Amino acid sequence: MIRTKRARRALTLLVCYGVIAGFVVFFLFPPYWMAITSFKTNQEIESLEGIPLIIQHGATLRHYRDLFAKTDFLLYFMNSVLVTVPVVFFSMVISVLAAYALSRLGFAGAGVIGTGVFLVYLVPDSLLFIPLFKIIGALGLLNSKWSLVLVYPTLIVPFCTWLLIGYFASIPKELDEAALVDGAGHLQMLVLIFLPVAVPGLIAATIFAFTVSWSGFLYPLAFIFSSGEQVLTTGTVTSLIKGDVYHWGGLMAGALLASLPPVLLYVFLMDYYISGLTAGSTKG
Amino acid sequence: MTKLTLRNVSRTFGSVVAVDDFSLALAQGEFVALLGPSGCGKTTTLRMIAGLLDPSAGTIEMDGEVISSPGSSLPPEKRGMSMIFQSYAIWPNMTVAENVAFGLQVRRVSRAETRTKVEQILDVVQMRHLRDRYPAELSGGQQQRVALARAIVVQPAVLLLDEPLSNLDANLREEMRYEIRRLHDEFHITTVYVTHDQAEAMVTSDRIAVMNQGRVEQVDEPRALYARPRTRFVAGFIGRTNFLDGEVRDGEVAFDRFAIGLEQFAEAPALSGRVSFSLRPQSIRLLRQRPPASSGSSAIPGHVVQRAYLGEHWDYVVRPADSGLQLRVTARPHEVFEVGETVWLEVDPRQMAHIQ
Repeated sequence: MIRTKRARRALTLLVCYGVIAGFVVFFLFPPYWMAITSFKTNQEIESLEGIPLIIQHGATLRHYRDLFAKTDFLLYFMNSVLVTVPVVFFSMVISVLAAYALSRLGFAGAGVIGTGVFLVYLVPDSLLFIPLFKIIGALGLLNSKWSLVLVYPTLIVPFCTWLLIGYFASIPKELDEAALVDGAGHLQMLVLIFLPVAVPGLIAATIFAFTVSWSGFLYPLAFIFSSGEQVLTTGTVTSLIKGDVYHWGGLMAGALLASLPPVLLYVFLMDYYISGLTAGSTKG
Repeated sequence: MTKLTLRNVSRTFGSVVAVDDFSLALAQGEFVALLGPSGCGKTTTLRMIAGLLDPSAGTIEMDGEVISSPGSSLPPEKRGMSMIFQSYAIWPNMTVAENVAFGLQVRRVSRAETRTKVEQILDVVQMRHLRDRYPAELSGGQQQRVALARAIVVQPAVLLLDEPLSNLDANLREEMRYEIRRLHDEFHITTVYVTHDQAEAMVTSDRIAVMNQGRVEQVDEPRALYARPRTRFVAGFIGRTNFLDGEVRDGEVAFDRFAIGLEQFAEAPALSGRVSFSLRPQSIRLLRQRPPASSGSSAIPGHVVQRAYLGEHWDYVVRPADSGLQLRVTARPHEVFEVGETVWLEVDPRQMAHIQ
């Protein structure tokens, strides 16, 4: 009887690991492909012989060198940073205050507004960019990276507000009330008690805001023309795809470097996210 | 000198009347319990005192100043009160010491003084050795003590407790009952204690306000509440009792198949027509022989219908005089009677409380 149990358990584990292995391959294959392509020589990339899955003819740093020397990669990187930092900051401030008001300060119409906020998010950005183009033009911000600072929050704030409304609602009201009765003003209570307890939700919203802003492609494509104002996503593409010539080595190197900041951010924030989840709340 | 006065306070939620015309005056340092079943309005009343809710009618005054009224109320952070919630509401992102220090920090107390006061109060609740733990690492009883320490360290004008012991096991509940009373006696804080557990209320309070469906049924000291309940609800809610309904006729009160002389009752002049009494099971004595006639007691024959032995006492159900009544009697462990045995019930009519 023990042998069959052990055998069954071993089989279950095997199947589980098999499925996990499948997922790992599926999700890690693109980054792997990006990485090896960025280190391959141009001849190897274009050759139709050999095994494409490994580097067979020696690795090279040429594509990385060319990326920094022959393109404006660093400029695009800086532009992305200059756009993303204010966008995340403003979006989070607006979303947190809106979510707090809509979920905690029960005023007439709060429920309707909350639902309305979420419905706004459902409008796709591929539709929105047309009217936004007119607005950005009227503001004189066409072809400027600052137009993105105005436009990205329209995508980020609805979703983050909705996410935070849900998260804030899960925090027991008694924690706020205990702080108020203890003598704290509303702002003190918000900063010292409420937001620290809400950290996992805040981190989730920040990660979303960062990802949308860092990886946005459609809006920079629509609103920015000259290469000096381009961000990473559009900049790498326009400078490394000339007509029908794709400089794969450079493209892959650029893509890999561009994906580093989000990865670093997630790794940095995950610790706080998990410790926030296990801190727990009130008993009973 | 009344510390806290509630005048005709009412609160409605839509069409539901949660609190109806509640009036109460608390003296400085008094410990009053709001006792009643779930949904009787006691927590709503407490939240109005705290300022978390406005009354729909009536006013709440502290030290002579109106702090709550239907139009305007002093916000909770300005009342100088402390509240302990049923779920303790300990902030999970702070250690025990930080939780307790919060109120002091908000009041801009110096860091040195804060530290001293926090250490002192943690000593009082025996939590000093856990000062750097986080709430998730504490048991229910320990969290309870942190809530107590946090509430008391700021020396509040009024201390409010909302069923603080409901989530604890029976032994801990008993221990904490005495702890709360001890802390009250040590610091002389005016306290309002909401509970549905009558034993808790009896042990801790100076006075108890019994509530039912938003209204106050009776406000009295625990002993008076038990011995002289004024309504059927209070008699039945506090301890167990027997209800006897009778009619005043020809100088005596006639019950079902037996009667007791009117002059033997405590409130004889006030009794007329149909009357009801509450008689506690411990106020009836069972005897094998008819007791000699005396002015302070009445003897009624009957027989035992049921019995249960609980170790500390016997629970007997006795039918007096072949009537339809069944009276519950508590007897001491050595007073053994058999089912069906004929007994004499000795009752002191002065212990029968006249109820409306």
